[in-house]
Amino acid sequence: MSLIMPLPEQAILARREELLARLRAILPAANVIADETARRAYECDALVMYRALPLVVALPETVAQVSAIMALAQEMNVKVVPRGAGTSLSGGALPLEDGILLGMAKFNRILEVDFENRCARVQPGVQNLAISKAVEYAGFYYAPDPSSQIACTIGGNVGENAGGVHCLKYGLTTNNILGLEVVLMGGEALRLGGKHLDSELYDLMGLMTGSEGLLGVVTEVTVRLLQKPVSARGLLLAFPTVEAGARCVGAIIARGIIPGGLEMMDAATIGAVENFQPCGYPLDAGAIVIVELDGTPAEVDHLVAVVESIAREEGATQTRISQNEAERLRFWAGRKNAFPAVSCIGPDYLCMDGTIPRGRLPEVLTRMDGLAKFHGLRVANVFHAGDGNLHPLILYDASKEGDIERAEKLGADILRLCVEVGGVLTGEHGVGVEKRDLMGEMFDEIDLAQQQRVKCAFDPQHRLNPGKVFPTLHRCAELGMMHVQSGKLPFPELPRF
Amino acid sequence: MRLTPRDEKDVAEAIRTALAHDAPLSIEGHGSKAGLGRATQRDRVLSLAALTGVTLYEPQELVLTARAGTPLREIVALLDAQNQQLAFEPMDHAALLGGARDDATIGGVIATNASGPRRIKAGAARDHLLGFRSVTGRGEIVKSGGRVMKNVTGYDLSKLVAGSYGTLAALTELTLKVLPKAETEETLLLSSLGAEKGLAALRKASGSPYEVSSLAYDPQADAAALRLEGPQISVTTRRDDLTRFLADFGGATRVLAADESRAFWSRLRDAEPIAGEGVIWRVSLAPTDGFAFVERLRGAGAPIVAHVYDWAGGLVWLRLETAADAHATAIRAIVDALGGHATLIGADADIRARVDVFHPQPAALAALTRRVKEAFDPRFILERGRLRAEF
Ligand SMILES: Cc1cc2nc3c(=O)[nH]c(=O)nc-3n(C[C@H](O)[C@H](O)[C@@H](O)COP(=O)(O)OP(=O)(O)OC[C@H]3O[C@@H](n4cnc5c(N)ncnc54)[C@H](O)[C@@H]3O)c2cc1C
Ligand SMILES: Cc1cc2nc3c(=O)[nH]c(=O)nc-3n(C[C@H](O)[C@H](O)[C@H](O)COP(=O)(O)OP(=O)(O)OC[C@H]3O[C@@H](n4cnc5c(N)ncnc54)[C@H](O)[C@@H]3O)c2cc1C
Repeated sequence: MSLIMPLPEQAILARREELLARLRAILPAANVIADETARRAYECDALVMYRALPLVVALPETVAQVSAIMALAQEMNVKVVPRGAGTSLSGGALPLEDGILLGMAKFNRILEVDFENRCARVQPGVQNLAISKAVEYAGFYYAPDPSSQIACTIGGNVGENAGGVHCLKYGLTTNNILGLEVVLMGGEALRLGGKHLDSELYDLMGLMTGSEGLLGVVTEVTVRLLQKPVSARGLLLAFPTVEAGARCVGAIIARGIIPGGLEMMDAATIGAVENFQPCGYPLDAGAIVIVELDGTPAEVDHLVAVVESIAREEGATQTRISQNEAERLRFWAGRKNAFPAVSCIGPDYLCMDGTIPRGRLPEVLTRMDGLAKFHGLRVANVFHAGDGNLHPLILYDASKEGDIERAEKLGADILRLCVEVGGVLTGEHGVGVEKRDLMGEMFDEIDLAQQQRVKCAFDPQHRLNPGKVFPTLHRCAELGMMHVQSGKLPFPELPRF
Repeated sequence: MRLTPRDEKDVAEAIRTALAHDAPLSIEGHGSKAGLGRATQRDRVLSLAALTGVTLYEPQELVLTARAGTPLREIVALLDAQNQQLAFEPMDHAALLGGARDDATIGGVIATNASGPRRIKAGAARDHLLGFRSVTGRGEIVKSGGRVMKNVTGYDLSKLVAGSYGTLAALTELTLKVLPKAETEETLLLSSLGAEKGLAALRKASGSPYEVSSLAYDPQADAAALRLEGPQISVTTRRDDLTRFLADFGGATRVLAADESRAFWSRLRDAEPIAGEGVIWRVSLAPTDGFAFVERLRGAGAPIVAHVYDWAGGLVWLRLETAADAHATAIRAIVDALGGHATLIGADADIRARVDVFHPQPAALAALTRRVKEAFDPRFILERGRLRAEF
């Protein structure tokens, strides 16, 4: 593994017993996991390449306990890594050998459902899908639907600003939460937002969302609930090439239609899916596009007809329209199974996550193909086509000498390519440790220093989830320095302006 | 003194020079709202009016980049030609506060996070800011975000600068998500229900599957208004379904066709129903608390002259008779009990100098807010005193 994490601090390791004793004074004994075998269960998140044994795992159940643990950690100068379900794909929840792993799984209650204000207050350890299940009876749901939604928690979703197939139309986590309760590194609990809209002064809730557990521990989330659309229909469109599929996606949006879902898969993925659990995708297609349209039946019928005609114009070789709910779900089944399916065609895969301006898709795919050949590996592709978010799956074999390194290098090259064409390093999985060292591809030193100054406003000693997101750690004091030269040019009446 | 830099480098130089002389700068788009908010030292103004021009517009990608001083009306016209829009509907303050119509810059719109009646469905300005370039109060050129919809690379600083009133950085270039315009719109009006029942009807509709994009109640006209947007066929069927869905409430129904509907919502967006003499407040609450807020305020004896509810009751615009404290004490006590925030939008300068324009925060949050300001602008060089007297 080529990743470099900060070396464990000996001074902290030396005080482990004291830390354990003080944690046991805050938490019931069973909630302080010190035993090595039990700690092993927390060694990594879904980026399994990187592992570390946490110093101790703490499982708080109340906000007061979280506050007390944070205050203790601050006082003893111990690091804290928050963790939800550990499904992060970027190593955001990777433990530190000299840090407390703060597991939020016991915060698993839905505190309040308020249909009149269209929101629910939930604890961070509640699974994403559990929220929708809890309000389904009244016709409501929570819109962001990451593929991991059975497992991942709403706290982790806030940490990563998670998205899903509904996000093109309904937005990401950041657009679907109204309030947060957060505990800062010193132990203070703050409420940001609530059941009302828009914070006054700085939008710290927006800042917290996607901050990968570096700014505070989320102890409560107020989510927006949406009424389920009355009807939804799917289209399964087959194209001879990925380029033709991409053109069709552009044409749908150009016509002013924002579908509820708009996903694409390449031939390699279609093959893998049909091999895994056949759901009737055309095996001879170069790409398939799945479109979901939702709303009133009249509107959906109208839009289905428009989309179908666009697809024909763009050279679709097959257009299938779901005639009932079972068929619509069948169209999605393969897409939902894409990741496990791909893991059956190669022993291991690395799931990348970058976003590009949609129009550059054909060019990016061609060049990605070239990069894969250069590194001697294969890539299968699944895209959130509507918003240009790519998930190239790099196939490799961990038991083969040098394969992991090759996969990592190819992954980095693909992300550099995304940035080069005007895109970004990560669309939804986060920077974590995985893309940390690539941050310089998108940001210069000054941009990164400014982001770290924001971190300093929350956590001046860098005790909360350090080693993630930023390629180098700076001391806050040095980031605070100013280099002001007294005007090389004469102030004030600057004639140049 | 007034500086009008031509480009981002000039902006950086102006701010660095100001830093060297500890001479605070006030940032201005078109200065249309200079009379609002806490009064700041306006003797040194950094105007971004010369940083104009749309630098990128790709309708198929739903993205537009513009320099901060670009007039909003230019952007709206450009989008209009492609049948697109800024879905958050930035308001025009001219009706409320005087000044010329259509006078805002895109930088000013984002810096104040201005958004209108479609907020409940489409989000606020902050939800549409994908990325930006800026010069911080440290005189450094800093960029953040990007031009794509899905991006979690680093902290989402776009959320911070949206609504920061120029106190963190001078925005020089903004990248925005744009959206297709609806094919058409209609508004269903339910009248003679009274405020309590009218607002209940709005809340019921907001939890309906008919995708109502704006929900307002105007007590002056005793009318609850519900906007439907989309393809004609969809609008028609949803209007019929919605009318049936709300039939139990009774009241007279009327439908505003597209042009009338547009006029109605742009009047509401600009808070015209409450325009006039006095002090103006804008209060954001949970929708179920809107009515209770106004009742309690009346109960406390506050002289409300006009008010209107937007966002299904979650936004209350109020005009009251002038008073020494602009009724801040009464308003804030009620808002604090209910949860939400109240902003003093219009009052004489001497009142605004005495009363907190923005809602007071609990101590820990206030301290964090100040540390965030310091992270961008440690010497309080930008818009000193705009948000709080202390910074
Ligand atoms: C205190 C205050 C409260 C307001 N409240 C609301 C509200 O609640 N809802 C609403 O819809 N509108 C509000 N407005 C009005 C809002 O300012 C206008 O809608 C805005 O768009 C006017 O544009 P302008 O270019 O004339 O901005 P200006 O009047 O020139 O500036 C407005 C504010 O934005 C800042 N600003 C302007 N350009 C930049 C830039 N490029 N970079 C950084 N900062 C910049 C200024 O420092 C100033 O604080 C408020 C304005 C102020 C000042
Ligand atoms: C098969 C699979 C499919 C996936 N599909 C998607 C997808 O479609 N879309 C998508 O966006 N992601 C997807 N992911 C990634 C992952 O599920 C999301 O990032 C998810 O949001 C992580 O949630 P979690 O509860 O597992 O968080 P964790 O992995 O435990 O933590 C994620 C990050 O959040 C922080 N964190 C967790 N809880 C808190 C808290 N309470 N307070 C503060 N910080 C906290 C952690 O420190 C870490 O940085 C997928 C993952 C897998 C394995």
